[in-house]
Amino acid sequence: MTVRKNQAALTADEKRRFVAAVLELKRNGRYDEFVRTHNEFIMSDTRTGRRGGPGHRLPLPFLPWHRRFLLDFEQALQSVDSSVALPYWDWSTDRTVRASLWAPDFLGGTGRSSDGRVMDGPFAASTGNWPVNVRVDGRTFLRRSLGTGVRELPTRAEVDSVLSMATYDMAPYNSASDGFRNHLEGWRGVNLHNRVHVWVGGQMATGVSPNDPVFWLHHAYNRQLWAEWQRRHPGAGYVPTGGTPDVVDLNDTMKPWNDVRPADLLTHTAHYTFDV
Amino acid sequence: MPDITRRRAYTTAAAVAATASAAAPTAAPAATAAARHDHTAPDSFDEVYKGRRIQGGPASGGGHHHEHGGGYAVFVDGVQLHVMQNADGTWISVVSHYAPVATPRAAARAAVDELQGAPLLPFPTN
Ligand SMILES: [Cu+2]
Ligand SMILES: [Cu+2]
Repeated sequence: MTVRKNQAALTADEKRRFVAAVLELKRNGRYDEFVRTHNEFIMSDTRTGRRGGPGHRLPLPFLPWHRRFLLDFEQALQSVDSSVALPYWDWSTDRTVRASLWAPDFLGGTGRSSDGRVMDGPFAASTGNWPVNVRVDGRTFLRRSLGTGVRELPTRAEVDSVLSMATYDMAPYNSASDGFRNHLEGWRGVNLHNRVHVWVGGQMATGVSPNDPVFWLHHAYNRQLWAEWQRRHPGAGYVPTGGTPDVVDLNDTMKPWNDVRPADLLTHTAHYTFDV
Repeated sequence: MPDITRRRAYTTAAAVAATASAAAPTAAPAATAAARHDHTAPDSFDEVYKGRRIQGGPASGGGHHHEHGGGYAVFVDGVQLHVMQNADGTWISVVSHYAPVATPRAAARAAVDELQGAPLLPFPTN
């Protein structure tokens, strides 16, 4: 059974193994497939619900889609080193650039001011091990500007205010919705998930955000918040549950997999547990 | 699922989408009609911002790209910047995906800020 741990609690050996597995996926080309998939889907995600014409995909259902995406990535890591699990980053607690997350033995720190280039850690361009290949502009080096795009990461009180929302999602099931999903995603209200992308900056603020390995730790924590929300609201479930045009209903299959439905991804315990 | 299967499934989906939009010239007019119906349909713009030319206006249609442009196209130094309009009328782009701004011009300016002089790559990039 895989146990997803808080990144702050990882041992030196666990950090070393996680980093080595990520670097191996980068070296063998599988990592960039994940980045490409994310960008392709994010750019075809129609948030307005308007259809551009036949062939357009449904808006991606934020939580189940990323849940499956993370499972795929975690399995890829485990094909390199079966002891590795995805750690999560509780950004409401480890909320400064001095967190051990950003130390040179783990993800490395913020970028330098001139061009945002990350200068230390295993993913710095100078190592030669982390070329940014799937990109939207000419720059091939990992960039960050921690805490400049937005000053503050969400607080625990803000997280609690979103966890207290009793309804999973509401019509029109997009960025204008009220409810837990859209407040966690951050298009509305105190803004949790989106704000963390902006706080990190660099590639994390773009459609090719999985270029920064912190992407996985951020989304692993989103996943944990979803599990926490489910525990607080045992009677509430994924909506919509059927017959909704242009939206992925509970039993609709999701692209790119086509063999998995939100209904298949509501509980995580078949695959992993959390350390809390 | 093995990675190769996932990749093949995705490639097939992309091919279907590309074929469908190529075979259906109604796609662009439909999007334009929807944009026209929208009370917040933004005006065209053309300016030099921080030394770079940014332009925006209704999409001419016939584009080969498969992302959702909402019937409006934005360019930085002549390279298309992929933008999307949110349901609340705000805009995001591929280089500033998680921080909505009020107008496509603001999205173009945010892109120039974020690019720090780097050239934008045409989409898809690889
Ligand atoms: Cu994502
Ligand atoms: Cu995200």
